[in-house]
Amino acid sequence: MILAKVLGTVVATRKDARLVSNKLLIARPIDPHGKLDGNYLVAVDTVDAGSGETVLIVSGSSARMASGLKDCPVDAAIVGIVDAIEIQE
Amino acid sequence: MLLASVIGTVVSTQKHRKFEGAKLLLVQPLMLDGSPRGTALLAVDGVGAGVHERVLIVLEGRAASDAIHQHGAPVDAAIVGIVDRVDLDS
Amino acid sequence: MQLARVIGDVVATRKEPSFEGLTLLIVKPITPAREPVGRPLVAVDAVGAGVGEEVFFVRGKEASFPFYPREAPIDAGIVGIVDHWDVE
Repeated sequence: MILAKVLGTVVATRKDARLVSNKLLIARPIDPHGKLDGNYLVAVDTVDAGSGETVLIVSGSSARMASGLKDCPVDAAIVGIVDAIEIQE
Repeated sequence: MLLASVIGTVVSTQKHRKFEGAKLLLVQPLMLDGSPRGTALLAVDGVGAGVHERVLIVLEGRAASDAIHQHGAPVDAAIVGIVDRVDLDS
Repeated sequence: MQLARVIGDVVATRKEPSFEGLTLLIVKPITPAREPVGRPLVAVDAVGAGVGEEVFFVRGKEASFPFYPREAPIDAGIVGIVDHWDVE
């Protein structure tokens, strides 16, 4: 899973029928210190996340195991909103 | 998933049987500012997209085969949505 | 599977219901020479690892197998704590 910051939303009226009730968010990975790191991705939101929030994103085939995404053609899902990150390095 | 632009179509008569009836499009993944991101790739179309449209693609095998309702199809990219609008916080 | 060092943990109150009770750790992949390689990521702990430990983790859906029959959307999981390794 990666940490990411939500940057915005994607609106798509015509889309796969299994995606109709899902919110699509644009997120950019961050490093554990909160610095934006790497390129954006579009992820399906399963926890009601919003812009500016730090979230947990699962990718690959595991994304379909998130709530309500069984058999949905998705490869990235937001599965948690991060309260705190503690780093000892 | 990534945003991409459909830049062309591909015709292939001889292909794996699981592709039967699937439309193959050439897509160019995009950065958020609309510039190209990496090289163009082939994606199967699950939503009826056309050239010049901005689309949403999945880049994972099982998701891509689900998109064309062909479980076990040897595909790794599919178009799953046509993008109307992207809203970004400035 | 890949070697990594556990460098932190993540607290998330609002999350996927199937994550209840799971420990989320931040791991930094390393080479056998202990050099960092690639980006840090969040992995679910299946073995009781802690910050500062050297572990190995698996990527992909297989990472959810230790929690079977729970079906959780996990794509990276710590599946071993490394005592030591030898490289020729």
